Amino acid sequence: MKRFTWFNATSLTLGFAFLYLPMIILVIYSFNASKLVTVWAGFSTKWYGELMRNDQMLDAAWVTIKVAVASSTLATILGTMAAYVMVRGGRFMGRTLFSGMIFAPLVMPEVITGLSLFLLFKPIFTQMGAHTIILAHATFAMCYVSVVVSSRLVSFDKSLEEAALDLGCTPFESFRLVTLPIIAPAVISGWLLAFTLSLDDLVIANFTTGPDATTLPMKIWSAVRLGVNPQINALSTLMIGVVTIGVIIASISTKRAALRQKADEQAAAG
Amino acid sequence: MTLDVFAPWEDPTEKPLIQFKGVTKRYGSFTAIDNLTQDIYAREFFALLGPSGCGKTTMMRMLAGFETPTEGQILIAGQDMAAVPPNERAVNMMFQSYALFPHLSIWDNIAFGLRRMKMPKAQIEERVEDMLRLTRMTQFSRRKPHQVSGGQRQRVALARSLARAPKLLLLDEPLGALDKKLREETQFELMDIQEKTGTTFVIVTHDQEEAMTVASRVAVMDHGKIIQVSTPPKIYEEPNSVYVADFIGDVNIIEGAAHKTSDDGYDIKWAEGQEPIHAKTTAVLNEGQKAFVALRPEKISIAEEKPEGAVNAVKGKIIDIGYLGNISTYHVELPGGVMVKAQATNTRRLSRRNFSWEDEVWLSWTLTAASVLER
Repeated sequence: MKRFTWFNATSLTLGFAFLYLPMIILVIYSFNASKLVTVWAGFSTKWYGELMRNDQMLDAAWVTIKVAVASSTLATILGTMAAYVMVRGGRFMGRTLFSGMIFAPLVMPEVITGLSLFLLFKPIFTQMGAHTIILAHATFAMCYVSVVVSSRLVSFDKSLEEAALDLGCTPFESFRLVTLPIIAPAVISGWLLAFTLSLDDLVIANFTTGPDATTLPMKIWSAVRLGVNPQINALSTLMIGVVTIGVIIASISTKRAALRQKADEQAAAG
Repeated sequence: MTLDVFAPWEDPTEKPLIQFKGVTKRYGSFTAIDNLTQDIYAREFFALLGPSGCGKTTMMRMLAGFETPTEGQILIAGQDMAAVPPNERAVNMMFQSYALFPHLSIWDNIAFGLRRMKMPKAQIEERVEDMLRLTRMTQFSRRKPHQVSGGQRQRVALARSLARAPKLLLLDEPLGALDKKLREETQFELMDIQEKTGTTFVIVTHDQEEAMTVASRVAVMDHGKIIQVSTPPKIYEEPNSVYVADFIGDVNIIEGAAHKTSDDGYDIKWAEGQEPIHAKTTAVLNEGQKAFVALRPEKISIAEEKPEGAVNAVKGKIIDIGYLGNISTYHVELPGGVMVKAQATNTRRLSRRNFSWEDEVWLSWTLTAASVLER
């Protein structure tokens, strides 16, 4: 079959244009010298410079990164534990229900997740802020992590863990010394996924934040309501960069894990 | 010169290393092990042989501690193992998939169990080097498991499981993933290593040749029960049932009715108008009881003329010839449609062979060639 046809080329171009044209325009205009967002007045990086001097923006960026690191770490720990129990725990009462419940937040509308977390946190915490956003983000990112990790665990040869027990490991040592190093790529890509999810979340953060914690997406949202500013373009470009790097690292590590797993399987097949 | 025969199971003063006492294992309504009692002695090479699903792997996993018996007791060196987790048993297992840790080098794989014992570093190094030498893997010690061949992985798995000097080594289909030639070589290596280390080996296999080659005793299992336990020659020559006779090697089973002729002699009437089969047996059968004659193909002679003075001789027709190079198997149809396999060594070249398809031949065998079985 001929790979290249005009039909294929056209659909590919249209598809990518649909996906990336808005972002490309945003990136291009972030280098615009003019203050007007829609008029091109030559190349400049001055908006990046101004962004660096904008303390409010930098504060928001700092909050966002703190929230993303803390929540993705928490989500990774919880998600890995959940995946481990679901895959390794054997059969217990309500196992199907539990595993369904872990994956349900994947399809839950964000508004509902945000609202319910708000209703939960309101009476517990005297003040909401970064800590409540961390908890909220960890909650919804956890299920993404557990999906990624459990798909690796399903294909994990259980006799490796038995061998570890047989050679004198306690169950915890067997997890730490054998299971974790082998599933590490999946855990890392789960963390990166959780990190990027937290980085660009607006809805849930809006519900669970307090007066002192404003994340970047919230800052951008409120700034845009007062009119689009070229600084926002610059900021968005930087965020696209960070997210892209995260996604690329995650997919490379997933791919390497898959290759390694294939090598292991070939090794096992002898 | 007389060699001391290794047979602790015949010595009533010998204490068994492993004792299964009325062990039953059920998974829901499925009974994997059915009220099993068996002793295994120190330094034995004990083979559990049976088709898949007969419970042999379950028995091994109970010894390793990965399964617990539903009923009954398992004792190792006199100690009840019920409450002892796998990591605290002086038992190591070699897994069918080898279960080598892919993220560790071969050296670290072997050292893994020693590190858990909190052994001093110098001693670990010495022990690992010993194990590498024993399995001839010294030059590959820095490689990862996926960088060596299947046979080498098998040796690493063996080295790793022997490193902790277990009282008992369990081998789960250890040679299943190797090709035939390598498997045969490795069988002798295993026996050699077992003798050198003096460890008790329990091997699970469905390959009867493997069990016969390596084991001091073979237990033939079916449906969660041990049907017969004996030395390989006894299992082969004196099976206690049609199941065992059929499972081990090739056999002709001829059904008939028993008639006592002397103290240990029976005539088995197997077809109308045919001379009954004369056989000697230690089995005690009632007059007219249904009995099975189990006759190995290689114990049947095949000739053109009726051999003189043969105790048992039957005329038949060659239907099929299986040529295996060193031997040929003749499928001979007896009067009444009974098919019998007879084997002959090909001492002459093919062009000089006497028998061909459709030839009428005489099959003969001695009084003691066949086993008479009740079931």
